[in-house]
Amino acid sequence: MDVNFQFDWSAAFSSIPYLLPGIPWTLLISFGGLAIGFFIGIFFGLLRISPVRWLRWPAIVYIEVFRGTPILVQVLFIFYGLPQLLGGPINALVAGIAAIAVNSGAYISEIVRGGVQSIERGQREASLSLGLSRVQAFRYVIWPQALRRMIPPLGNQGIISIKDTSLFSSSGSVSWYVKGRSISPPPSPR
Amino acid sequence: MTSTQTPIVRMQKLHKHFGSLHVLNDIDMEIVPGEVVVVIGASGSGKSTLIRCINGLEEVQSGSLDVDGNTLLPNGKSSQALQTIRTEVGMVFQQFNLFPHLIVLDIVTLAPMKVRGWSRQDAEETAKRLLERVGIAAQAGRYPSQLSGGQQQRVALARALAMEPRLMLFDDPTSALDPEMIGEVLDAMRELAKEGMTMVIVTHEMGFAREVADRIIFIHKGEIAEQGSPEQLFDAPQHERTQSFLARVLNH
Repeated sequence: MDVNFQFDWSAAFSSIPYLLPGIPWTLLISFGGLAIGFFIGIFFGLLRISPVRWLRWPAIVYIEVFRGTPILVQVLFIFYGLPQLLGGPINALVAGIAAIAVNSGAYISEIVRGGVQSIERGQREASLSLGLSRVQAFRYVIWPQALRRMIPPLGNQGIISIKDTSLFSSSGSVSWYVKGRSISPPPSPR
Repeated sequence: MTSTQTPIVRMQKLHKHFGSLHVLNDIDMEIVPGEVVVVIGASGSGKSTLIRCINGLEEVQSGSLDVDGNTLLPNGKSSQALQTIRTEVGMVFQQFNLFPHLIVLDIVTLAPMKVRGWSRQDAEETAKRLLERVGIAAQAGRYPSQLSGGQQQRVALARALAMEPRLMLFDDPTSALDPEMIGEVLDAMRELAKEGMTMVIVTHEMGFAREVADRIIFIHKGEIAEQGSPEQLFDAPQHERTQSFLARVLNH
């Protein structure tokens, strides 16, 4: 181990201008991924609470796989494994957005499920007793209320996903992250 | 009530189980149009379950149930009839179950517009008239959380009436209310009964029951233990269970 490691504050501050151009990319990848993840989350979150068993289990598999494995492993699969399967290189930006989308999608599925299941049973009963169909009850009564309850946990997930984009530096495929790495000094020779 | 009228509700040999619990045991019941039936019984006796069967919020395991010419089959195997029944049968719940994300006016117009296909204008006209009738027209633009319990329950009543139901179910509508608000809800129900609405009411308000009911049904352990006019049931109960129940609820 390098016991003489020294943190160089001046390098940390002077490197900020090199990192700033990466901000738009970070935002593009995180918000692009989150936007897609939101729809993935609604889709699988609703499948997850479907009364139909064979609709539920694909959702359970997706959610548990992506919540149950480290995002770093998922990123490595997408950046290195996927191009091999597809037989060609994939755009680093697309890969980054895809990684955030599938990962946040799994967590958002659970947020959707939690939001919908938190609505009191009486809301559904009152809707049905008025003659609304199950779909109408969901659309006009359950979902609007669930959506409001989902906002705080969605905010958390957004913050987590933005920070997860830093993992793409490990793929070495996005240039400003490489910049970030090159700023850190090489191991000092003994 | 003339017994020659065609009943609007007809239950025959109805059985319901929650797991091993036999909640409703061989219920036979008929309700004719215009009749006000009050269902009483101890908590857990099955009286709420009984009226929730009428609009299919509870499935039954066997027996037959006809509501206004629509037959509900056991184990939820009749979605079309169920839909029709629910548009014709209104319900008021113990916990109000208003829609907290909507203002009062939109709560009352939702079902008429989405289910009956009324225009917004027609639905709002009806809603305002009903809100006027239950004495809360001034609250039309407010959210449920801004209303008192009594006001909320009257909104719930207006919401159900907006569908122009042929039958109204009341599942213990005053037990979640502060004592000083019970009267205003009972007044609105009394008014409705006077206008000839067919009503099935679960309640613990025995004075109200005696006053508005054409018939009282006493449920004990999932069975109709005794039924009759308020005078028969309150003044000369035959069944020992009815006597002890009434002794408990009336003497305190």
